[in-house]
Amino acid sequence: MLELRDLSGGYGDGSVLNGLSLTVEEGQVVALLGRNGAGKTTTMRAIFNLLPQLTGSVTLRGESLRGLAPYEVSARGVALVPQGRRIFPSLTVEENLLIGARPPRSDSKLRWTVDEIYSLFPVLRERGRVRGTLLSGGEQQMLTLARSLMTQPLLLLCDEPSEGLAPVMVDRVGEVLQRLRAAGLSILLAEQNLDLALSVADVAYIIEEGRVIWHGTSADLLANEDVQATYLGIRIQGD
Amino acid sequence: MPINAASVVIGLSYASLLFLISVGLSVVFGLMRFVNLATGALYLVGGYVAWSVANRTDNFWLALPAGALVALVIGVVIERGFLDRLLGKELMQVSLTLGVAYIVADVTRWIWGGDPLRVRAPEALRGSTRIFGSVVPTYRLALIVIGAILAIVVWYLLERTRWGAYVRAGVDDMEMLECLGVNGRRIFSVVFALGALLCGLGGALGTPVTGVSPGIDSQMLLMALIVVVLGGLGSVLGAIVASGVVGMVDNMVRTFWPEASFFVVWVLVALVLIVRPQGLFGRAV
Repeated sequence: MLELRDLSGGYGDGSVLNGLSLTVEEGQVVALLGRNGAGKTTTMRAIFNLLPQLTGSVTLRGESLRGLAPYEVSARGVALVPQGRRIFPSLTVEENLLIGARPPRSDSKLRWTVDEIYSLFPVLRERGRVRGTLLSGGEQQMLTLARSLMTQPLLLLCDEPSEGLAPVMVDRVGEVLQRLRAAGLSILLAEQNLDLALSVADVAYIIEEGRVIWHGTSADLLANEDVQATYLGIRIQGD
Repeated sequence: MPINAASVVIGLSYASLLFLISVGLSVVFGLMRFVNLATGALYLVGGYVAWSVANRTDNFWLALPAGALVALVIGVVIERGFLDRLLGKELMQVSLTLGVAYIVADVTRWIWGGDPLRVRAPEALRGSTRIFGSVVPTYRLALIVIGAILAIVVWYLLERTRWGAYVRAGVDDMEMLECLGVNGRRIFSVVFALGALLCGLGGALGTPVTGVSPGIDSQMLLMALIVVVLGGLGSVLGAIVASGVVGMVDNMVRTFWPEASFFVVWVLVALVLIVRPQGLFGRAV
């Protein structure tokens, strides 16, 4: 589905990515783990060609995404659930939802209609006329997930969907991701919350200073407390 | 302060013109974070073209679309021909529009000369009308009606259509909009062109009132900048309200202290910005 090879680059003052490679197979959920500043968000931005400097290759189903404008990357079937949610404040919930709406793709059996979206996220139907940013944090996270599904993606890039949410909403995000996984959507999931990430991911990559320092199955990582402590110290030390 | 129906009508009719030139400026800035300093030049061209067409055909209703269309064409040439090559270089874009403004000012002086030109209002709108005990020029009343209709149209397009939702989303977060599959560049092109069209229309509509002459371009640009800053960058509602405020204040000060009208307007803006740096309807950045 998605293949990143030797990605290096950043924002001009020093590189953030330093030869990062990873693969998301068709229908797979891949966790992208690492401390703050390791390069998780930058990896997602690289896929959308939002970095001023970038070398390496990005391919989706074998076709390069390099050099495409962000809206073209979206048209190829990549959707971004951005860090911080980035709901459009001037738009109502319904407008936020419909802004990227596109007819279902011919090259995928996945299809998201407005009705399906509303049955997955009932709260969005109830609050359709309200400005998007007036929703609670958890509801906004549902909206940003729903908004990206409306673009009929083959691959979802999910950047820290649990950030800043109450535990009950983190569980809700987990459920939604499980449902998307069951539907067969491929997902690259950047997370600080290891429990959430490993509860949905098949495979995990740990990155540090813009390169992969460990990868394996979620079960391997769950069993390997050494790796967790060494590379994801956040969990043990709580910093 | 001499407030009567006449001064209100004159202030609001001026506000109509201000709205037409400032709404495009405001939304264009909101989308791409750059200021179109050719705004006044487009107003000037709209006025001169309207004068020529009105003189040849003796038909004001032909002069209006002619002025608007020529400004639209110039706007498209600026945007497609030049701005497109300077993506992301805001300072270069601003300098370019300033250059265009100077060129347009010189070319129009060469074609139409330096004397003030005036178009007569159309037959049906000449003369005066009695309203609330005051006698006011009928054309001024018509300007208010036209301005109000256009303000409603622009507001409807932006607030109630899918296309308008793209524009608002682009003002909020252009990058996110593009990541959702919308070509923000195309949205910008359309907004820029429509902004130019409204500037030209403003220039044409203004000829029976302000006339058209060298210098009116920089004067209108300054007023438009005041309106945009006061109303809040990127806000249509802000442009509507601020046009009204600036038009009224400018006119009222003019009647009892003519030399100070510009000064008073600027002081007003400065005071508003001290309290609300983002303008009346702008969002804090």
